[in-house]
Amino acid sequence: MGMIDQYIYDGSFEGFLTAVFEVYDRKPTRVKIVSERLVTENFFDEEHTIYTDQAKSDRVWKGIEDKIGKKAGNLIYKAFLSEQSDREQVLLRIIKKGFKGENVTDNFADIDVLRLTNLVKIVGREKHRMDAFIRFRLTKDNVYFAEVEPDFDTLPLNAIHFKNRYADQKWLIYDRCRNYGIFYDLKTVNYVQLEISNDINSSLAAPFYFTHDEMHYQDLWKNYFKSTNIPSRKNMRLHLQHVPKRYWKYLSEKQP
Amino acid sequence: MNFERIKEKLNILADAAKYDVSCSSSGSKRANKNKGLGDSSGMGICHTYTEDGRCVSLLKILLTNHCIFDCAYCVTRKSNDVKRAAFKVQEVVDLTINFYRRNYIEGLFLSSGIFKNADYTMERLVLVAKKLRLEENFNGYIHLKSIPGASDELMREAGLYADRLSVNIEIPTEQGLKLLAPDKKREDFIKPMLKVKNEIIQYKSEKKLIKSTPIYAPAGQSTQMIIGATGETDAQIMYTSAYFYKEFQMKRVYYSGYIPISHDERLPSIGTDVPMLRENRLYQTDWLLRFYGFSIQELLNKEHPNLETDIDPKLSWALRNLQHFPVDVNHADRRLLARIPGVGMRSVDKIINARRYRKLGWEHLKTIGISMNRAQYFLVCASSQFETKDRTAAQLKSLIMGTSASKWRGAYSSQLNLFESNANVTVS
Ligand code: SF4
Repeated sequence: MGMIDQYIYDGSFEGFLTAVFEVYDRKPTRVKIVSERLVTENFFDEEHTIYTDQAKSDRVWKGIEDKIGKKAGNLIYKAFLSEQSDREQVLLRIIKKGFKGENVTDNFADIDVLRLTNLVKIVGREKHRMDAFIRFRLTKDNVYFAEVEPDFDTLPLNAIHFKNRYADQKWLIYDRCRNYGIFYDLKTVNYVQLEISNDINSSLAAPFYFTHDEMHYQDLWKNYFKSTNIPSRKNMRLHLQHVPKRYWKYLSEKQP
Repeated sequence: MNFERIKEKLNILADAAKYDVSCSSSGSKRANKNKGLGDSSGMGICHTYTEDGRCVSLLKILLTNHCIFDCAYCVTRKSNDVKRAAFKVQEVVDLTINFYRRNYIEGLFLSSGIFKNADYTMERLVLVAKKLRLEENFNGYIHLKSIPGASDELMREAGLYADRLSVNIEIPTEQGLKLLAPDKKREDFIKPMLKVKNEIIQYKSEKKLIKSTPIYAPAGQSTQMIIGATGETDAQIMYTSAYFYKEFQMKRVYYSGYIPISHDERLPSIGTDVPMLRENRLYQTDWLLRFYGFSIQELLNKEHPNLETDIDPKLSWALRNLQHFPVDVNHADRRLLARIPGVGMRSVDKIINARRYRKLGWEHLKTIGISMNRAQYFLVCASSQFETKDRTAAQLKSLIMGTSASKWRGAYSSQLNLFESNANVTVS
């Protein structure tokens, strides 16, 4: 067992691709790419800080798209958004296999391909949940505002969906876990970071932030949700499977 | 807007509309245009689920629950003592837009009791859709439930604004319909369906010649049957269904277990269980017919007029046809792979992809996600140890049932929900 080189990067996708670049450049025998947020000190490994470099990152990305394919690039990006602790190692192996000419998109008998598919699947599912569970509230500044706490970093994937759908209204979707949001200003979608007041979700302060009709529409929606239920078919198990409790916090129909 | 009054109406008219199980918002190709509101070109999203586990994708309401008819199986029937209400056209438009903007819904599913006459009612439904499209530049999903007996002109107009049109046949057999809705005639359902079918065909052929042909009902038409209200067999239901799929090119036929709502002696009494398992078996059969290459005669016939309740229809077919098994997963074609119990259509695709790279054994099949508890008795693969014993159908059935967690497991699995939002169907 020789020493392992730890390549520590900033946690961004560009940072990861830069680390991949360094792996090809420096050719370490045993390497582990680790996000700085997850790094744990240990005496056996040698740590190297990787500084995110747009040019290097672009070169790797172009290489992936040209040599392994656009589809594979897409899967790699989505799997990266899963934030799972094994993602860097799996993706590095996938990229290496891809550059060697192996199929990395549908050879499901390969354990890394299977894991890649699985990561893409969980991210995709969470992205769809966000498309579904986001609830906008109309603020007094005429912005449709929503807060979310997705299990994975899905907002970059949600942006296009919401842009296509709500082309004629300003909207802002804010990830409270990762502390950034996407804001559409009727022209483009941009990443934003904001201070959000602590009392924004208190019913007392609501009239201060949101329009008068907003409360009424939430109320109508809650009523609709109740009326459309068929009690003689009640099946809470199925209900919870589809709408797990952790999402209730921001669902208007689930508010008291 | 008087919100209190709207709330009251919404409660009455959503409650009356909820017995229509369809909530699909897929299959339209209407994209956002001119930077307007909404987009229905995607898969259709379930924005939430009711406590009974059904998808909520559309604002599903009646325009009014006043009705001049007295169909025994319907809560809105004339003789029923319920509160009545009616929305104004503009009220429905405002509700739809405001719900849509908040990302509560994919669009509107509008239906109605029949007041005055069929055309008078249909005209108002069409007006809602027209306003949404032309005044609000709304590109979300609109499903209009057409009124039996509505004129051809109105059905033509309806399809210009709606994504989907439906007329519910409700009762699977003609005798049943005569018994429960004596004022209704099958021709009245058929006529608008026929019109829609012909318009869709015409649209498709004109579209080829003239690019600007106005789009007509891009998500096609559907219908619904109530199950278990009149003692019909599964074969009667599914043959009727197959007929409607074929004759009217239905996108979907829905099966809705009868929910007792009346003391009428012609119907199951109040308190009778909703036949949910049966409903699920019918959906499974429907999927096998549409996606798995089964023909209806294979699944239901004179000898087997009803589906088995304790096992799914595919396993049931396999046990009656053991001569086709075991199937060799490394060589068999798509059609045969799809017939192995425990192997769904997605697994079929995965098998076909994966076997290009290596011969598949048990461990590969497991990672692909095949339900081995059922599949193991019906296939051979590259691993050497497989089931070689010759077993009878009865032995196999008890072996499989003994190991499966619950006959309800299939019913609640969500595998296929990704394709179609509201039916909880698993066929594998
Ligand atoms: S016509 Fe329609 S709404 Fe009226 S009673 Fe019959 S099924 Fe119900």
